[in-house]
Amino acid sequence: MRTLSWVLGAVILVAVVCWLAVYPPPLDLGPEAHYAAFVTSAFYILLLAGVLCLFRVLRGPTSADRLVALDIFGVLIVGCCALFAMGTGQSWYIDIGITWALMSFIGALALAKYLEGRPLDD
Amino acid sequence: MIDFVHVVGMVFIGGGVAFDLFGCLGLVRLPDVYNRLQAATKCVTLGTCSVLLGTCLIVGPSGGGWRALLCILFVVLTAPVSAHAIARGAHRAGIRLWEGSVSDAYSEDRDALNAKQQARNDNAPATPQTETRT
Amino acid sequence: MSKLILFVFAWLVWCLLTWPPSLPVLLAGAGVAALVAYLTGDLFVKRPHLLRNPVRYWYFCFIFLPVFVWQCLRANVDVAWRVLNPRLPIRPGIVRVHTELKSDVGLTFLANAITLTPGTMTVDIDRGAGVLYIHCIYVKETEIEAASREISGRFEYILREIFE
Repeated sequence: MRTLSWVLGAVILVAVVCWLAVYPPPLDLGPEAHYAAFVTSAFYILLLAGVLCLFRVLRGPTSADRLVALDIFGVLIVGCCALFAMGTGQSWYIDIGITWALMSFIGALALAKYLEGRPLDD
Repeated sequence: MIDFVHVVGMVFIGGGVAFDLFGCLGLVRLPDVYNRLQAATKCVTLGTCSVLLGTCLIVGPSGGGWRALLCILFVVLTAPVSAHAIARGAHRAGIRLWEGSVSDAYSEDRDALNAKQQARNDNAPATPQTETRT
Repeated sequence: MSKLILFVFAWLVWCLLTWPPSLPVLLAGAGVAALVAYLTGDLFVKRPHLLRNPVRYWYFCFIFLPVFVWQCLRANVDVAWRVLNPRLPIRPGIVRVHTELKSDVGLTFLANAITLTPGTMTVDIDRGAGVLYIHCIYVKETEIEAASREISGRFEYILREIFE
């Protein structure tokens, strides 16, 4: 049963990744088109990882699971910002990434303190 | 133009995205909070750092490149600290380890630790718990 | 002294953040860095005389960083293998690890390095007794001495040279 579900999950995952990686078909317009298609498919795979995180936020049996998934989701968004900056050539997207990393760090610390049951000014 | 540096940067980005995906897969598959935290923190931290390094290589030594390097520094310094804080908070909130776990030395020693920390808080109330260099 | 170091550090970070430098931006950065250094300068560096020793920088850059990056890569391949394996080969548990390090920064770096290396994650630190509580994804040794050699022995001798 377990092996069966693993095989099923692996097949679904490989199919989704292959579909995402070739979904915008690279027209043969030269190397730049391949480059743009590469950035787009990398972005879609990051979105898939984000969907897996959101599944854990939704299903997590305890609040700590949800907190872990939210923390990891913040780090994924930093990666998305870097890909945006590269795809559009606007370097201020990376500023958003830096700010997001620091803010999600502070938020995770505060929520961990709250989970621990201590006052925040300790 | 696509040249050698672009190819190296794209290899970094592809590897980073793959590790991000594996980390989130671990978040779904593993059985309890602590294992999920381990898999996710390690894989997603290295994956995002690799994506940022690839961005830095492709953008080049302009404003974006330096900011990407600084962002790598912040992510590497902050991700383990928040993982540590979440693990300690989860353990003190009473979340059990997975039933297949081998040993739990922390809950054996926790009463003594709590007493010691209480004494320290009474003596010096302004001791910071964790220290980061951000 | 400590405030001066923090001022230089904060200004450097500001310059990297606003990279094409111009005079008004640099002056504003100096103002902000001075404010930050004045407000939080006492928390940053406890023992500034250690920063004058250049051997520590060389140790940090050429011995600690390569070992750290190598262990980090090994950790990722290890975790990816465990996650993708259909039988999920894990045997988790929390073990005690003894450490000799005493300074705050050294302990912080040791804990962060342990968190990012194969199969281990720091849960708590007992600073008085020098004991770290480590969550392992695959427990090999529950004995404190063997676990210390296995887990913290990879970094401890390097960090002792740098931060003690």
